[in-house]
Amino acid sequence: MLTLLVALPILAFIAILLGAPARKTAIGVSVLNLFLGLGSVFSWEHEIWSFSVTVLKEPALHLAFGYLDGMSLVMVLLSVIVTLAAVLTGKAPEGSEKLYYGSSLLIAAGAIGAFVSTDLFFFYAFHEMALIPTFLMIGMLGRGDRRGIAWKITIYLGIGSLVLLAGLVWLASLTGTFDMREMKDLAGTIDPAQQKGIAALLIIGFGTLVSLFPFHSWAAPAYASAPAPTAMLHAGVLKKFGLYGMLRIAVPLVPEGLQFWLTPLLFLLLGNILWVGFVTLSQKRLDTMLGSSSVMHMGYIFLAIAALIAFPENNQLAFSAAVVLMFAHGISIALMFGLTDRIERSTGSLDLADMGGLAKSAPGLALVFGIGAMASIGLPGLANFAGEVLVFLSAFENYVPSEGLGPVQIACILAIWGVVISAVYMLRAYRRIFQGPTVESTVAAKDLSFAEHIPAVLLIVALLAVGCYPNLILNLLK
Amino acid sequence: MPAYYLEALTVTLGFIILLLEAFVPSKNKSWAGLVGAAGLFVILILTFFSVGPQSDPKASWAEWPLWNFYEFDALARFYKIFALLTTAAVLLMAIDYRKVLSRFTENSDSEEGTGEFYSLPIFACAGMMWMASAKDLAGAFVALELVTITFYILVAFMRRNVGSLEAGVKYLILGALSTGFLVYGIAWVYGSTGTMSLTAMPEAIAGMENTVPLLFGIALVLVALGFKVGAVPMQMWIPDVYQGAPTPTTAFLSVGSKAAGFVLLIRFLTPFLSEGSPVRGQVLTILLILAGATLLFGNFAAISQTNFKRLLAYSSIAHAGFLLLALAAGRFDEDGSLTSVQAVSFYLATYLIMTLGVFFILAQVRIHRDGEAITDFNGLGKTNPALALAMTVLLAALAGVPLTAGFIGKFFVFSLAAQGQLWIGLTIAVIAAAAGFYYYFKTIRAIWWIEPQDDSKIALPIISKIAIIILTTATLVFGVYPEPILALLR
Repeated sequence: MLTLLVALPILAFIAILLGAPARKTAIGVSVLNLFLGLGSVFSWEHEIWSFSVTVLKEPALHLAFGYLDGMSLVMVLLSVIVTLAAVLTGKAPEGSEKLYYGSSLLIAAGAIGAFVSTDLFFFYAFHEMALIPTFLMIGMLGRGDRRGIAWKITIYLGIGSLVLLAGLVWLASLTGTFDMREMKDLAGTIDPAQQKGIAALLIIGFGTLVSLFPFHSWAAPAYASAPAPTAMLHAGVLKKFGLYGMLRIAVPLVPEGLQFWLTPLLFLLLGNILWVGFVTLSQKRLDTMLGSSSVMHMGYIFLAIAALIAFPENNQLAFSAAVVLMFAHGISIALMFGLTDRIERSTGSLDLADMGGLAKSAPGLALVFGIGAMASIGLPGLANFAGEVLVFLSAFENYVPSEGLGPVQIACILAIWGVVISAVYMLRAYRRIFQGPTVESTVAAKDLSFAEHIPAVLLIVALLAVGCYPNLILNLLK
Repeated sequence: MPAYYLEALTVTLGFIILLLEAFVPSKNKSWAGLVGAAGLFVILILTFFSVGPQSDPKASWAEWPLWNFYEFDALARFYKIFALLTTAAVLLMAIDYRKVLSRFTENSDSEEGTGEFYSLPIFACAGMMWMASAKDLAGAFVALELVTITFYILVAFMRRNVGSLEAGVKYLILGALSTGFLVYGIAWVYGSTGTMSLTAMPEAIAGMENTVPLLFGIALVLVALGFKVGAVPMQMWIPDVYQGAPTPTTAFLSVGSKAAGFVLLIRFLTPFLSEGSPVRGQVLTILLILAGATLLFGNFAAISQTNFKRLLAYSSIAHAGFLLLALAAGRFDEDGSLTSVQAVSFYLATYLIMTLGVFFILAQVRIHRDGEAITDFNGLGKTNPALALAMTVLLAALAGVPLTAGFIGKFFVFSLAAQGQLWIGLTIAVIAAAAGFYYYFKTIRAIWWIEPQDDSKIALPIISKIAIIILTTATLVFGVYPEPILALLR
């Protein structure tokens, strides 16, 4: 079944290349994948050994898919939900349907493949496979200075991936295996001195892919320029690969190395939350604002990872926090990018300065955008709230009042100010776009049609479900 | 069948085509290429039925002294297949390229002057096959010269084209110089060990006290072989010769000649790098320095190139750097895990697939758009989406994007370097690979993002079309399932 999850989008991509109707095929396969993904919730514990082909005997490499634990499953759920929403949201420009829908499917296949691979080699390889269509989509169909931006993201992510590869190869040369299950068993045996080097490479490598400060400058312009489905899939799903890798590989295998870099990491993640937070405040356009906000929110997930590094013995809460927030952020940012595309299509502009009163002409759009904005700020009842609260709690999990505040706790206290920052920019954007007097561009704006509601509602349902009942995810992680 | 029949058959095939072409009047010479390629495929099949004296010691031919010069093992078979495949592909490429060839030999209407272009590669192929089997330095030298002298002609084949002539002269002069180094080096090795046979070498060097003369000889031979494979600082000739030579010759040089150089390098170095050799440490250091310099120079010099063929020349240097790094990791003793020899052979096999694919496409672009600059690829995604997709896959593979064959080759090199604890080498390799990303994607960018100057579609001839499809598919298949290539090496 897992094999199908990966293979279906690839097969559909080939079918589209050969002439199948692009949009219909893409939607059909995404729906099918959504059901497959949801179905595997009930059987995921038996899926571990589901598929394995030895592609190479020495060094042993297996093209093997399996859920290593609940985290893989949560990421797969995130992927299938966002994929369907992205494919439904997108509207291909005349003449490039094949590229448009085919790329979305390839990105989805790469992301799912990375999340369910049990072999380090294919874990890495599938992610890279997903990057190529991302570059092409931005370069060919993006907005603004698309070529320059696509070039920048190609170089940034290409180099980040290579640094990551160096770290992974180094790690694998010490464990002598690429099987992530076997690697986990060897966790304690890795020389602490070498752990430091590996940890540094992994932080920079994964960090670049997740837009960790100061390797983040590719992200905001890329999301602003990317076509809607690409932005949704990359910001929502593919970027989580780096965090998934930190949790899956770096934290269990090189704990002592990470501990050595804990303080620098805390500074970097505060850079994400505060520095990029202020950058976000000053954005004048909705798309770049959302791009920056996505970078900023990565800081919270890194904070959970930092808590995990600092207190390795008591880590279930921090781990759950990171996973819930990854899921929540993935869904909410996809929702926001999808709606941004709608706003641009109905008003022709994304400049916050020349908008206003859109709620009058498009009340439906205003409502769903409002929910997305609230989720992004972290309002209770929506998934991001559950995630952020868990993150802050986990940072204080091992707090002993008599010993005073540790570095993680100080970072956490500073990070909480980030919530204020996001409230400011999100509410301000909402007010500028939807409230106040209507202007020329918004007077005749069309509201969402029934079909256009579907992807937004799909994502909102996911946000509400996890927000009201976080155990949906937490139970999977036990 | 005794294995050396393969070389004899190849040479015979070359003579048959040469004679037929000379005495059978024909306006269209493409049949010569087809016959040659078909013959090479037959010989390729025969390699699987060939045996050496080890597997049939009672046969009448097993006692022949020839076997003192000729090895036949899995490695030899692998590189013979390699040479045959490359040559067949080059002949097929030449068939579609003959318009350009005839324009610069006699005149555009007549293919009178192009006939030899189909028989010369076959002779070079015989030389490469012999190099794969070399176990004696004298034999190796003769085989190498057969290849090199053939290439002098092939490079300068377009005699009415100044670039081709210039390339020919450069290759001749520098090639002769490197031959000098080779002979001089062999003399020093012979003088210090008393033998030319590589099988007798481990015994001859065991416990050697003064290794300086031997090291001097090895260094000289490395200079000569470094010239063949394009190692820095012996890479001077590569960009000019690649750019000037006819495209099929360039493909042949960059794949066939390089692979033959590497197999000879492997054959030559194995006795000096196996356990117990007194010079192992020094030779590995030399290799590591060569590898580092080659990686850095090849990749960084490639960045600023605007001519695509020149870019491929630098990329060919860059790939030589990765291969040398695999050798510098020094895993020459078989203990079941991946050895340097396997990694190099695998890398070369994937390099063959990717590079030949790129050259097939380049040849077509050259014919239709009459240029070889990166800008001549502009907008290929608009005019020929399928061809552009193939080119993207192949270039991504050369850059080492995962799930393509090129990545697995690089991956092997990286893991060997990590196992050998060559941290400096590994760092340089990562930086070099990052630079590689830049210049290969520069071409991908031109293909997809820049508008074409003219909107005319490139019509692919059937041979090129099939070859490109096969090579692109192979790049993807071996990227996920590399086992068949490695199975050939065991």
